[in-house]
Amino acid sequence: MDLLQILSNTVSSILGPATIAYALAAVGLAVHFGYTGLLNFGIAAYMAIGAYGYAISVLTFGLPWWGGVLVGIVGSIIFSLILGIPTLRLRGDYLAIVTIAAAEVIRLLFLTNAFDAVTGSADGLSGYHDSFRAANPLPDGTFGFGPFTYNSTGWWVRIIGVLILAIAVLIVWSVMRSPWGRVIKGIREDEDAVRALGKNVFAYKLQALVLGGIFGALGGIVYALPSSVNPGVYVTSLTFFVYTALLLGGAATVFGPVLGAVLFWVVQTFLSNLLPALVVSGILPFMSTSQSQTLRFILVGVALMLLVIFKPQGLLGNKKELTFVKQ
Amino acid sequence: MTTVRIRDARKTRRIGIVALAATVATLALTMLSGPAAADDINLDKYDFKVSGNVKLNSEPLEAVALTVAGSGYTVDIVTDVEGRWSVGVPEKGEYTVTLDESTLPTDIAVIDETDDSPNVKEVTIGQSGSSVMNFFIGRGERNQTSFVDQLVERLVNGLNFGLMLGLAAIGLSLVYGTTGISNFAHGEMVTFGAIMTLVFSGMLGLPIWAGIPIAILLSAAFGYVMDVGLWRPLRKRGVGIVQLMIVSIGLSLALRYIFQYFIGGGTEQLPGSDSPQIDLFGSVSLSVIDLVSMAISIAVICSVAWWLLKTRIGKATRAVSDNPSLAAASGIDVDQVVRIVWIVAAGLAGLSGILWAYFRPGIRWDMGAQILLLIFAAVTLGGLGTAFGALIGSIVIGLLVEVSSLFIPADLKYVGALVVLIVILLFRPQGILGRRERVG
Repeated sequence: MDLLQILSNTVSSILGPATIAYALAAVGLAVHFGYTGLLNFGIAAYMAIGAYGYAISVLTFGLPWWGGVLVGIVGSIIFSLILGIPTLRLRGDYLAIVTIAAAEVIRLLFLTNAFDAVTGSADGLSGYHDSFRAANPLPDGTFGFGPFTYNSTGWWVRIIGVLILAIAVLIVWSVMRSPWGRVIKGIREDEDAVRALGKNVFAYKLQALVLGGIFGALGGIVYALPSSVNPGVYVTSLTFFVYTALLLGGAATVFGPVLGAVLFWVVQTFLSNLLPALVVSGILPFMSTSQSQTLRFILVGVALMLLVIFKPQGLLGNKKELTFVKQ
Repeated sequence: MTTVRIRDARKTRRIGIVALAATVATLALTMLSGPAAADDINLDKYDFKVSGNVKLNSEPLEAVALTVAGSGYTVDIVTDVEGRWSVGVPEKGEYTVTLDESTLPTDIAVIDETDDSPNVKEVTIGQSGSSVMNFFIGRGERNQTSFVDQLVERLVNGLNFGLMLGLAAIGLSLVYGTTGISNFAHGEMVTFGAIMTLVFSGMLGLPIWAGIPIAILLSAAFGYVMDVGLWRPLRKRGVGIVQLMIVSIGLSLALRYIFQYFIGGGTEQLPGSDSPQIDLFGSVSLSVIDLVSMAISIAVICSVAWWLLKTRIGKATRAVSDNPSLAAASGIDVDQVVRIVWIVAAGLAGLSGILWAYFRPGIRWDMGAQILLLIFAAVTLGGLGTAFGALIGSIVIGLLVEVSSLFIPADLKYVGALVVLIVILLFRPQGILGRRERVG
């Protein structure tokens, strides 16, 4: 067992594209759930729309990479409108069921054989990297220090990802301290009170849904940037994992989603490296290596339960702020 | 992961598959620029292979559509210029290869005197890891089923599936009505029943008539344990319903992966899943299991209905569902009612899982999660918190899923049900039997 390698992989995952993608999705979810109180269980669909929008516009329509990003964003806005206009008037748990169902519809549409020529059905999409990599200003070769040693493409993906994440966090930070943000938080705390003040609650909710959805789609794009788009990723479990990351950091906080995503992936990477190594070296004789990989996900579920019960405000959250409005 | 349900080795499915393959092919041809040409699929993804070629008097036939299905996996493929095709498949076992005769040249069909559906063949992948299936093509009559027969068959299957969903949906609805929890772990309660049957009948070798009751009892006990160990303490803490919902999601994830931990990622079969077919009329036939399953569902649903309407506890349950505070004030022990509801709901979910395992067929660690949204759709359609609404909603969803596969690709058949869920919520959010004030 190579403990140093395990630690190195773990530390390296702080800057992993998956971490950045989860952080972006969690920031989007923070806007939806943490600040506005919308129980959006369809964040996986936003990520899928971002990823497929990017890959399809590059592969099928030959757009440059930034065009693909724009298509992903526009796709997420359209999805927000389709999803939001009918459902935002519904009560919280209804919204949860509708969004999770809509996310499954989106996933099945990307998965079906009927659109194989465009979506690649079960195989997903790959080979859309040329434009993005051609835009890479970094020199060829491998550079960095310690565990953060990546090749040129690896750095380029991470730089773009962190840049997008920084912009997203900045936007959330600035809008949430603006009058708009105060109305949004007011809607979470007491929708009727805000309505009584003459605010158009529905319009505010829809704006929040669109804003968070864009971050979700960008998360999906960053997830797809390094390798490929695989329909098996965008299952409802992905939504739940992003929720876990969000609640870990703190749902109604600016940096909570980022911290949560980093912790989520650091722990995941650590366990996914450590547990099989323990099995191989005979320390966990009662399980196989594949069982040890499953164990991680059991722990995610347990962690999610414990978090919601014992620390619903998350690591960075303020207990006074009602993240879970009692309905 | 594929979501398409396959029942290999059954004539009922064969007819369906022919129709589906035809639909898929038509859609593919009309929707896309040219056929989804592929003569080898997933070969690098999976270790095992089914292949063959399609020839007419030693002339290769190009662009003939085939479907390979089995082990919860379906793939469509088209022959290449040389009439060849090959498909990678995830595991060893039996697969059904269906040749879509509508893609053959006119007046040409698959010929086999000994088989009444010669365009559907079984292949078994054994030690070699691959298998070859060639079709004998000649002039002859095609194996076709009339639309009415297909429709009747889908309706019967849909009713069966709907009743099965109903068992699970009634439980989910009762739990929602009495506690306010949208229980996302209900799918795992469904899986639990199936897995317990697998443990007792499949692994320990008990006869199936003993294994199933034990599994249902254990499911009910599981419901009791969940209520006492988790939900009641949370109720005592005064945890909000959104939090409870997310707790149930955590529980669902944990349970699902615990199942995978123990039974692995593959598909297991229950004993007796290859029961004989009974011809009803026309080309419609049902397996013994299907009939028994429907009879059990109907009997159990009737008993639950009787229980809810006539017994003291049943009436108390409906009272709590209506207004917990008022029920408590009238001297009903709400905690006890909720406990009983959890036991009943879990038992029903377990039974539903056993029947679903026969219907799919096969047991997977995530089988409950696959139908969770359909159960939610059924409950919402009927009206959240109304037990009989849930039953009606389930039957509508079951019929919709099965019948819609006549018109849309099989891998999209759940989409119809989910779209209906969304549309219903727009126009009648309280559902069929719900009341308006339930919706905030």
